[in-house]
Amino acid sequence: MTDFTTGAGVPRNTTSTELVAASLKRRRRKQSRLQWIGLGAISVAFLMLFILVSSLISTGWQAFTQTHVTLEVYVDPEEIPVDRLPRGGFDDALAASLGKMVPGVDMSDRKTARAVESILSNGAQFSLRDMVVADPDLIGQTITMKVPVSDPYDQLNKGLIERETPEENRRVKNNEIAWFDALVAQGAISKPFNLALFKNADSRFPEQAGLKGALVGSFWALLTCFLIAFPLGIGSAIYLEEFAPKNKLSDFIEVNINNLAAVPSVVFGLLALAVFIGWFGLPRSAPFVGGLTLALMTMPTIIIATRAALKAVPPSIREAALGLGASRQQVVFQHVLPLAMPGVLTGTIIGLAQALGETAPLLLIGMNAFITSAASSPFDSATALPTQIFIWADSPERGFVSRTSAAILVLLGFLVIMNAIAIYLRQKFERKW
Amino acid sequence: MTTLPFLLLILAVIVGYVLNRVAAKTIRDGGNRLHSMTSYHGMFSALLILVPVLTFILLWLVLRGPVIDGMVMGGLPDGVLVDLDSGGVQLVLAEIKSVSRGQVFGTPEDWKIAAADRFVILHQRADWLLIAAVAAISLLLMGFARSRVTADFRARQGVEGIVSGLMIFCSTVAIFTTIGIIVSLTYETFRFLEAVPLTDFLFGVNWEPQIPLREDQIAAEGAFGWLPVFLGTIVITVVALVVAVPIGLFSAIYLNEFAPRKLRSVVKPVLEILAGVPTVVYGFFAILVVAPAIRSLGQSIGLDVAPNTALAAGGVMGIMLIPFISSFADDALSAVPQTLRDGALGLGATRGEMMTTVLFPAALPGIVGGVLLAVSRAIGETMIVVMAAGLIAKLTINPLDSVTTVTVQIVTLLIGDTSFDNPKTLAAFALGMMLFLVTLMINIFALRIVRKYREAYD
Repeated sequence: MTDFTTGAGVPRNTTSTELVAASLKRRRRKQSRLQWIGLGAISVAFLMLFILVSSLISTGWQAFTQTHVTLEVYVDPEEIPVDRLPRGGFDDALAASLGKMVPGVDMSDRKTARAVESILSNGAQFSLRDMVVADPDLIGQTITMKVPVSDPYDQLNKGLIERETPEENRRVKNNEIAWFDALVAQGAISKPFNLALFKNADSRFPEQAGLKGALVGSFWALLTCFLIAFPLGIGSAIYLEEFAPKNKLSDFIEVNINNLAAVPSVVFGLLALAVFIGWFGLPRSAPFVGGLTLALMTMPTIIIATRAALKAVPPSIREAALGLGASRQQVVFQHVLPLAMPGVLTGTIIGLAQALGETAPLLLIGMNAFITSAASSPFDSATALPTQIFIWADSPERGFVSRTSAAILVLLGFLVIMNAIAIYLRQKFERKW
Repeated sequence: MTTLPFLLLILAVIVGYVLNRVAAKTIRDGGNRLHSMTSYHGMFSALLILVPVLTFILLWLVLRGPVIDGMVMGGLPDGVLVDLDSGGVQLVLAEIKSVSRGQVFGTPEDWKIAAADRFVILHQRADWLLIAAVAAISLLLMGFARSRVTADFRARQGVEGIVSGLMIFCSTVAIFTTIGIIVSLTYETFRFLEAVPLTDFLFGVNWEPQIPLREDQIAAEGAFGWLPVFLGTIVITVVALVVAVPIGLFSAIYLNEFAPRKLRSVVKPVLEILAGVPTVVYGFFAILVVAPAIRSLGQSIGLDVAPNTALAAGGVMGIMLIPFISSFADDALSAVPQTLRDGALGLGATRGEMMTTVLFPAALPGIVGGVLLAVSRAIGETMIVVMAAGLIAKLTINPLDSVTTVTVQIVTLLIGDTSFDNPKTLAAFALGMMLFLVTLMINIFALRIVRKYREAYD
C-alpha cells in the first residue's frame, strides 16, 4: 500500500531503504551542522571569558609594582627644626636632594623647582615627616630613602606613556623625560612591589591609593552579614524542612524565600535606604548597614542550600535516633544537622562570595564615599571592595585604570579562594549514602 | 561602652546556666530522678536570659540614636529651627553632633553648644540606663529560672519550646523582608505621587529629574515620565537576549546531547565562572574593552556609535546571562523523559533530528521559563548599566545610541543625596516600585511555566 503513496518525483520501483539511504547524507550533514554551531557557541563563551580575564590581567599587573626613586635626603635643621615638629619644610628637603640628582636644572627658579618636585609623589613628604617625627635624631643627618614617584612618571617608567607621541599630546614633556632618564642612568629608579596598594586606604593620587580601607570595610560587612544570615538562615531552613506543618503559612514563607532570591539587588538597596537609614536612623556608609542588607540577600541562598543538605541525610538516621528515644529536636540537632553541616557550610561560603561581589545595594547606602582611612568599627564610614572598584573606574586619572584592574584581580582572587574552600569542603566531608 | 551590656549578658547567661545545672545535679545526687537531663536545666536558664535581654539590647541600640536626636532637637530654644527645611534641620543636628565630639569649627552659637552638652549627657545617661536595665532583667530572669528547678520540671520541653519559637521567628524574617520592601517602596512612592501625578509618571515621555534650587528659578521644572527610561531598559534587555539566548541555547543543546562526558565536565564549571563574576567587573570590562571596540568597529564601517552605546552594556550583560540560560535549557532538556528520546531514535531519527523535532519542542516551556527569568535578571541588573550605559533618557530604540535604564536612574538619583523630601529622590523609589513589580510578575509567571511543565512529565 505504501508503494502507491510515494511522492510524485520519486521513481516507483525504489524501496524505502534506498530512499532513506539517499537522504541520510543530507540528514547527517544537518546533524553535524547543529554540533558545530553548538561547539561554536561554547567557544564564543570561552573566548569572552578569556578576553575578560586577559584584559584585566594585562592592564592590572602593572599596578602591583610602583616606581620608586632612591634619594639621599639631608634633613636640614634650618628647614626642619626640632621644636616645630611635626611641621617643617619636608617637601623642600626632598626637592633639594632631588635637584642635586637632576642635571642642568636651576632649583632657584620657582617654576623649574616645582616641575622637578612633581616627579615625587605628593605623599613622599609625609613619609619623610613620619620618619623624622618618629626619630628626631635624624635631623642634621643625611638619610637614604625610597619614595614613590608621581603617576605620570610611574606611567612613563612602565611604558604606558609612549615616547613617540608628539610632545603636545603627551603628559610628560621632553625635558621631563630627560630628567627622568638621568635618574634612571644614576640607578636611582627602582620598581618594587606596590605595598601601598594594600597598606594605604583610598587617595586622590593614584600612586598612594590603596585597598586597605575597602578590604577592612568588606571584612566588617561580610562579618555582619555572616553573623546575621547564618543563624537566621539555618534556623529557618531547619524549621521549614523538619518541623513546619504543611499548611498555607509554610507555603507562603516558601514562596517568599524563592521570590526574595530573585528580587533585583538594587531593590534591597532601596529597602536599606528607606528602612535602616531613613526610619531606624542608622549611619550612612557604615559597613554594619551594608552587612545587614547583604544578610537579607544572602539568607535565601543559605536557606536553600541548608534545606538541600538536610534533605540529603537519609531518613534511616532519623528513624534510628527516634527509635532510641530521642526527641525530634534531639534528632535534628544531634544527628541530622552535624551530618548536613558540610553542605550547609558550602552553601554559606558560596552565599558570602556572592555578597562580597555585590555592589548596587552598597552604592545606595553610601558606601561609595571618599574615605582615606580604614574603618575601626563596623559603624564607621567605609567603602567595600566592589564599591572601591566602582569609584576607581570612575576616576579620570590614568593611573586608576590599572589600579581598578588590580583591585578587580584582588576581588576575583578572594572569590576564587572562597569557592575553592567551598569545593574542598564539599569533596572532603560530603558523604554519599 | 556598647560592649559592656553584651559582656554583662554573656556573663549572666553563663552564670544562669551553671546555677541551674548545679541545682539540678544536687537534686539528682540527693537520690531523686530528674525528668530532664541537667544540661537541659542549664540551657533553660541560659535561653530564658539570652533571648529577651538580647532583644532588649538590640532594640535599645537601634532606637537610642533617633530618640536622643529627637530629644535634643525638641529641647532647642524656640525659633531657631523656623524657616529651615529638613536638610537644614539635619545640618544643625550634624553640627551639634560634631561639636559634641569636640570637633568645633568656627564659633557655634551658644544654644548649639548647650545642645551638644545635652547630647553628651543624654548619651551617657542612656548608656548607664541600659547597663542597669540589662543587669536587672538578667537577675530577674535568672532568679525565675532558678526557682523552676525541681525534680519533675520538664526542662527539655521548655528548651525545645524556646528553640522552636526562635526557629519560627527565623522563618518569618523572609516575610518581614518582603513586607519591608513593599511597605517602604509603597510609602515613598505615594509621597512621590503627591508631587507628581500618576498619569504624568506612567505616560510621560520626558524624563528630566531635576528640581529647582530656588523658588524663582526658570526652566528647571523637572519631568518625571518613566516611558523613555523603561524603553531604554527594554532596548538593553533585548540586546542582552540577542547575545545570550542563541549562545546559551546552542551550548546547552551541544552539552546535553553531543558533548563527550569529559568535555561536559570541563565546560559546565567554566561556564559557571561567567555567572560568578561580580557585575561591577563586567561593568568595567564593558567600558575598558567592549565599548571602545564597538565604537572603532562602527567608525570603520561608517556608523556613528555613541561612546556609551546600548550595544556595549547589553552585549556584556548578554555574556553574563549565557550560563544562566544554558543551565536552564540543559535542565529542561534533561527533564524530557528518556522514552521520548528512545522513541524518536527507534523511528530512525538522527540524534540531530531527535533534538530539533522532539526534545527541543518538548523542553520549550522550560526553556521559555528560563529565558523569562533571564529577562527579569537583565531588567534588574544594575552595575553593568550604571557603568556602561548613558544617563540621559531618550525615546529611541536605536541600540547604537546611548540609552538609560531604570536601575541607572535609581542609582544616580540616590548617590550622594540625603534628604528624602523632594520628588527627585522620591522618583527613585517610584522607579524601584515599578522595577519590583515588573520583575515580580515575570518571576511568578516564569516559575509557574517551569513548574507546570515539570509536573506534566513526573
